[in-house]
Amino acid sequence: MPSMNMVQALNSAMDVMLTRDPNVLIFGEDVGFYGGVFRVTEGLQKKHGMQRVFDTPIAEGGMLAVAVGMGAYGLRPVVEVQFADYIYPATDQLISEAARLRYRSAGEFWAPITVRAPCGGGIFGGQTHSQSPEAIFTHVCGLKTVIPSNPYDAKGLLISAIEDDDPVVFFEPKRLYNGPFDGHPDRPARSWAQHRQSEVPEGYYAIPLGQAAIVRPGAAVTILAYGTMVHVALAGAEEAGVDAEVIDLRTLLPLDIDTITASVAKTGRCVIAHEATRTSGFGAELAALVQERCFYHLEAPIVRVTGWDTPYPHVFEWEYFPGPKRVADGIRQAMAE
Amino acid sequence: MVAKRKAKPVKPAEPDVTPETLKQFFHDMLLIRRFEERAGQLYGMGLIGGFCHLYIGQEAVVVGMQAALTEGDTIVTSYRDHGHMLACGMDPKGVMAELAGRRDGYSHGKGGSMHMFSREKNFFGGHGIVGAQVPIGTGLGFAHHYRDDGFISVTYLGDGAINQGQVYESFNMASLWKLPVVYVIENNRYGMGTSVDRASARTDLYHRGTAYGIPGEQVDGMDVVAVHHAGIAAAEHVRSGEGPIILEMLTYRYRGHSMSDPAKYRTRDEVNRVRSEHDPIDHLRQRLIDGGVATEAALREVEKKVRDIVAEAAQFAQDCPEPDADELWTDVLAEA
Ligand SMILES: Cc1ncc(C[n+]2csc(CCOP(=O)(O)OP(=O)(O)O)c2C)c(N)n1
Ligand SMILES: [Mg+2]
Repeated sequence: MPSMNMVQALNSAMDVMLTRDPNVLIFGEDVGFYGGVFRVTEGLQKKHGMQRVFDTPIAEGGMLAVAVGMGAYGLRPVVEVQFADYIYPATDQLISEAARLRYRSAGEFWAPITVRAPCGGGIFGGQTHSQSPEAIFTHVCGLKTVIPSNPYDAKGLLISAIEDDDPVVFFEPKRLYNGPFDGHPDRPARSWAQHRQSEVPEGYYAIPLGQAAIVRPGAAVTILAYGTMVHVALAGAEEAGVDAEVIDLRTLLPLDIDTITASVAKTGRCVIAHEATRTSGFGAELAALVQERCFYHLEAPIVRVTGWDTPYPHVFEWEYFPGPKRVADGIRQAMAE
Repeated sequence: MVAKRKAKPVKPAEPDVTPETLKQFFHDMLLIRRFEERAGQLYGMGLIGGFCHLYIGQEAVVVGMQAALTEGDTIVTSYRDHGHMLACGMDPKGVMAELAGRRDGYSHGKGGSMHMFSREKNFFGGHGIVGAQVPIGTGLGFAHHYRDDGFISVTYLGDGAINQGQVYESFNMASLWKLPVVYVIENNRYGMGTSVDRASARTDLYHRGTAYGIPGEQVDGMDVVAVHHAGIAAAEHVRSGEGPIILEMLTYRYRGHSMSDPAKYRTRDEVNRVRSEHDPIDHLRQRLIDGGVATEAALREVEKKVRDIVAEAAQFAQDCPEPDADELWTDVLAEA
C-alpha cells in the first residue's frame, strides 16, 4: 500500500471522486492552474480538465453561494477556502443558504457541497492564517463538520463528505499536512512515512461520518481531541505518565457520542483539548454532553485545555498553542481529585 | 496570457515636479526597496517568521501617491504594507521590529508583517483579509465627509482583491454619498499564483466603478512621476466633493507572493524582462542623471543614507527584546 502524507491523501480522495462521479467539481482560489497553496489539488486540473477543476476569483461569498446553486441542481462541488480564516465572508451563504435549503424546501432541494479549508496553528501564521473556527459551524444545524488527524482518515472522510447529501465543512489541520505534529516545535519535524495511518489505499474507500476512533486505549482518564490536538494529546498523556484513553473525534457533527460516553463511563474522568479559543468553543458542547450523560460516573470536574481567549498572536505562538505540557497539566488536574 | 497593457495619460494638465521632489522620490523608493531586501534577508536568517509579503517592484505606486496627499489624509491597504508604512513616514525601526515580533514593533509583536497601524501617521492598517480594507477605507471617507475636515481617504487594493463582493458594496456607497475616496488598484498582474486573466472577466480594472458612476484611470505604475500626476488630479477630484475615483496602477511584483512561493505561475524570463526594462528606480535614476537633476555622486550619497537607515532598523529589530508574555492578553477589549 502506498505511503501518503495528508496532502497526497486528500488529493487522492478528490482524484478518486472526480473519476467516479461526473457531478464532482473542484474549485477555489489558486486550485486549478497553480495546484493550491498547499498543493492539495496539484495535477487535478491537468488530469480532469478545466471544466471540472478550476480557479475562482478571490470571492469567498460568491464562490460558496455559486456552489449552493450548483448543488441544488445536482452537482457536487468541492470548494477550497484557502485558509479557514477566509471563510467568514462566506458564512452567510453557508449558514443562511447551504445549511437551511433542505429544511425550508421541506426536502425538495439540498446542497450537497463540501467546503475544504486548512485550519489551525503551529505555522507562524498569526491571526489571519491560524484560526480554528469549527465551533461557528457546529453551532449551525444543517451543516456537518469534519476534522481529520491523519492521511488515512483524511482520504476516507473526504470521500464520505463529497458523497454526503448535506453540506460538509471539512477542516484540514494545516500543521499536519506534511507530518504528524505533537506540539513540540523544538523537536525535528517528522514525516508521515513512519506513521501507521500513512498507509493509504490508492482507490476508493469511505470512512463514515460520525465515527470516532480510540487512538490510545486507557483506563484512567478520557481525552477528547481532534485534528492536530490528537497528536498533542498523545504526547501529553505520555508526559503525564497516566493511562489515558485518547479519542479522536474525527467528525464533530454528527458526533459519536456513544464512544465518548462508553469511555468516560469507564474512566470517570475527562479532559477536552482543542486549539480554538475556549469560550463557546466545541469543548463547551462536549463538556455539557459528557456531564448530561456521565454525571454519575464522573469523579472529577471535566477539564478543558484550549487556546486562550485572544486573537491568534504573531509573536506568542507557543504561549498560545495548547501544547503537550498544557495537556499534561490538564490530565494531572483531572486526576487530582 | 496577460493582455498587452497600455497606460492612458491622465487628463488634467501635468503639474511640474521640482528637482527636489524627484530626488525625494528616489530616496523614498530606494528606502522601500532596501528595506524590503533586508527584511527578506532577515527572514532567510530566521529572524522574521510567518507571512511576509514584499513590495519590491511596486515602489513607484505608493511613493508617487503619498507625495500627492496632504497631511491628515488617511491611508489603508492590504497585507503588502511595508512600503505604504514607510511612505507614510512611519519609522522603519518600528516596522522592522514588528516583522521580527519584538516589543517595540508597531503592534508590540502581536500583529506581524500584515497588521501594523499608526494613528500619528493616519495609517489605518495593514489588513490580512483580501478586500477587507476597501469598505474600511470607504468608512474613513465617510468620516472625512461627515466632519467636513477637507481630508480624503486613499484606499489601496490589489488586482485580486478587486473581485471581492464587498468592493462593489463600497463603490456604490462611496458614489451614492459622494465620499472623498481614491481607490488605488495596484495591478501587479497576479493575485498569489493566479494571473488577472484567470480571475477577471476583463483585465482592465480601472472601469470597475463604471456602473456606479465612478471615473477611473489607468496609470503607468512603474513611473513615479506619472503616478504622482495622476494622484494629484485624483486627490483634487475627490477633495472637491465630486465623489470617489479609481486609479488602476499597472505595476509588477518582483518577488514571490509571500516568502514561500514555488513561482510556478510565471516565467523567470517575464520577471527579468520587467526588472531590466521597467524598473521604477532605475527609470528615475536615469531621468535624474539625464536631466542634470542629480549627479552619480549625489545619488550614491542617497544610497548610502538609505543603507544606514535600513541597517539601523535591522539592528534595532535584532536588539529589541521580545514583548512581555502578558502582552498576549492586552488589547482584546478596551479593558482587560
Ligand atoms: C478573504 C481572503 N481570501 C483569500 C486570501 C488569501 N490570499 C492572500 S493574498 C491573495 C492574493 C491577493 O492578490 P492581490 O489582491 O492581487 O494582491 P497582491 O498580493 O498582488 O498584492 C490571496 C488569495 C486572503 N488573505 N483573504
Ligand atoms: Mg496582485
